[in-house]
Amino acid sequence: MFKQLKTITGGLMALCMPVAAMMAATNTAKAADPTEVRIMWYSDGNEGDVMRDLLDRFEKQNPDIKVMLDRVPYKTVVEQLPALLDSGQGPDLARVTDLGGLSRHYLDLRPHLKNAKYFDDNFASSLPWFRPATGNKDGIYGVMSQLALTLPLVNTTLFQQAGIPLPGPKATWDDWAKASKAVADKVKAPYPMAFDRSGHRISGMSISMGGKFIDGDKPALVDAGFKSGMKNLVDWHANGTMSKALWGSVGGTTYRGATEEFANAQVVFYMSGTWQFTQFAKTVAKNFEWQAVANPCGPAACTGMPGGAALVPIKATKNPQAVARVVEYFASEPVYEEYHARTLFLPAHAGLAKKGINYVTDDANVKKSLAIAVEQVAQTSPIAFKFQGYEHNRILFNAMISRVNQAISGEMSLDDAYTRMQADIVEGFAAKGIKLQ
Amino acid sequence: MTHHAPDQDSRTLSAHFARGFGLAYTGLMRALEPPFAAIQKRVGIKGMAYVFVAPNMIIFSVFVALPMILNIWYALTGSNRLMIGERPFVGLDNFSALLDCKDYLDVNSCKQDRFWRAVHNSVLFVALQVTAMVALSLVTALILNGKLRARGFFRAVFFFPVLLSPVVVALIWKWILQRDGLLNALLLSSGGERVAFLHDASWSFFWTVFVSVWAHMGFYALILLAGLQAIPADLYEAAEMDGTPKWRVFWRITVPLLLPTLLVVVILSLIRAVQAFDEIYVLTGGGPGTATQFIVQYIYETAFANQVHLLGLAAAASLLVAVVLMVLTLLQLRISYHGKTS
Repeated sequence: MFKQLKTITGGLMALCMPVAAMMAATNTAKAADPTEVRIMWYSDGNEGDVMRDLLDRFEKQNPDIKVMLDRVPYKTVVEQLPALLDSGQGPDLARVTDLGGLSRHYLDLRPHLKNAKYFDDNFASSLPWFRPATGNKDGIYGVMSQLALTLPLVNTTLFQQAGIPLPGPKATWDDWAKASKAVADKVKAPYPMAFDRSGHRISGMSISMGGKFIDGDKPALVDAGFKSGMKNLVDWHANGTMSKALWGSVGGTTYRGATEEFANAQVVFYMSGTWQFTQFAKTVAKNFEWQAVANPCGPAACTGMPGGAALVPIKATKNPQAVARVVEYFASEPVYEEYHARTLFLPAHAGLAKKGINYVTDDANVKKSLAIAVEQVAQTSPIAFKFQGYEHNRILFNAMISRVNQAISGEMSLDDAYTRMQADIVEGFAAKGIKLQ
Repeated sequence: MTHHAPDQDSRTLSAHFARGFGLAYTGLMRALEPPFAAIQKRVGIKGMAYVFVAPNMIIFSVFVALPMILNIWYALTGSNRLMIGERPFVGLDNFSALLDCKDYLDVNSCKQDRFWRAVHNSVLFVALQVTAMVALSLVTALILNGKLRARGFFRAVFFFPVLLSPVVVALIWKWILQRDGLLNALLLSSGGERVAFLHDASWSFFWTVFVSVWAHMGFYALILLAGLQAIPADLYEAAEMDGTPKWRVFWRITVPLLLPTLLVVVILSLIRAVQAFDEIYVLTGGGPGTATQFIVQYIYETAFANQVHLLGLAAAASLLVAVVLMVLTLLQLRISYHGKTS
């Protein structure tokens, strides 16, 4: 037996020796390993590729930092990132769109930045969007990776084929609805108007109709302006201006865009936003002519909703200095300019907005649309900016989307939908520990 | 220099390997003997059973029992926080919010109308789906049990959808049923009009039942087929000799002897129908409106998909569903036990 045990022990030792050697090698390598910074990143267009390219350059300049760009679907950022952050895990940085909703997890970079004044000077208008209610009042909790604005995209070829002129820059929602329906009827397009199924998209219209959304720090969703906006949506679904095949095809708060339908020339008027330009430059190419147009007017304004995505540092990071260096590199003027020029996004950088960006595109549709978008940013209602910066805006977005959808599908009247929206908002705030009534 | 045939070489290698493995195994067992003998001395021969079951119990506790306890705790706490320590205790508030209804048949009178819409939809879905599932599975099993040419092929055909992922099933049917899908293309090419199969509430509900039956029928048909084949053939021969009509044979021999299997199928399909989620979520997303939103989707959306995660409310709803499923499972166990004893 002793002999057998000796054989086994000998075998095990022989097995262990290479493992031990490997572990020793790993430990030696570890000592020289660069600091790893992980970014959770989703993309609408080519921004993931552009970012990776820029980060490769950063790594060459900063060999002590390795940046892992974890590319995930948008749904992961919306559904899984909050749970990860709540459990104290998650990446070092993330690209998010719920700027205020996740703000309690953000890290104030001000103490770690070499030149915080640069951020104050160039990102002043968007910095408050990330600041948590209980955080540092002048904290730097992130940097916009894309300033977006909701605005309509129009298939101008369909208008030409129908022989109907595009409504002018001060055209109302009603004008656009009638014109889009007329075009669709004439050219047999299945979707006269389409809206992304998102609270953000319908908020711009409601603000134009007179909606206020917030009163001080409290939600004030249902007012006459908001009701006019919602009534438009329900009426357009009822009279065929909007198709239930898009909004009605899903339930709850599920997002549903109409990008495929627009790229297939099935949509005349698509209420979406500036982030679609890159995608349509690629998918539509020269198949037909399209362009962004000015946001339709209501009695109160002609506005879209600002928004976009931001690169935010996460409080739980173990490497705040390295994270600050990555953010500082990304926000630096030449890098930020190149990123926006190649992704065709609007910059949130005051200096660049003033100077203008030389976008890398030959696409006439995109060029025309970018010019319109820049004009539209200047015309965006202050209410829209305020609502975008409101920490709890997602509670309102969720309530309006899910309930107006029930009104569209005929499950409840619009008045009942308003009552339910109010109840949902009270419930959402209660879950965050805020009592409204 | 000698040359061995390749098969002789491989036989020698196998023999060496077997011998080496045998030695290692014996050595390992002998090496383990002293510690286990010491444990046995301490806990006794009866206690050893617990020692051997312990690894499994630890896995069960970590992955089943602990999540169940956590779920109960979530149901008794509020707020949108994930970490248990940050969640205030609210007692039965989540349950009372879910059950707060003036009239359980009128969802608009309920505080959590979406929960009750999901419950109503689920009840209707279960009733229609289980009825259709059992009836069609039985018919399929009866046909497949008969004298049929290429019987093996048809059995495989009916069973094939069971092997598909629910997401694949839903995507295939979405491709067929969507506005510009295959079915509408057929309708249009034959001079008909386009139908909103997935955007009209009634059509949408019909297709969720249809797709669910299509995807799972093969499994239940297979169980019933096994039940049919277990019925002694001499009973049918005796009935044939007596000139008994076929419908009488079916009602007097097939149905009574198939009843235990049939009840198992009913209960299994019932449990599965209550849990329906994946393929329907991909096919309709619960829409239009909430027409095809069932209870599991409600739980998922309340807990995770909405921006404010109402984990307590979702946990309370999941416990209510668990109670229903537990009753159904007990019923199945009772039927199985009754079937065995009788």
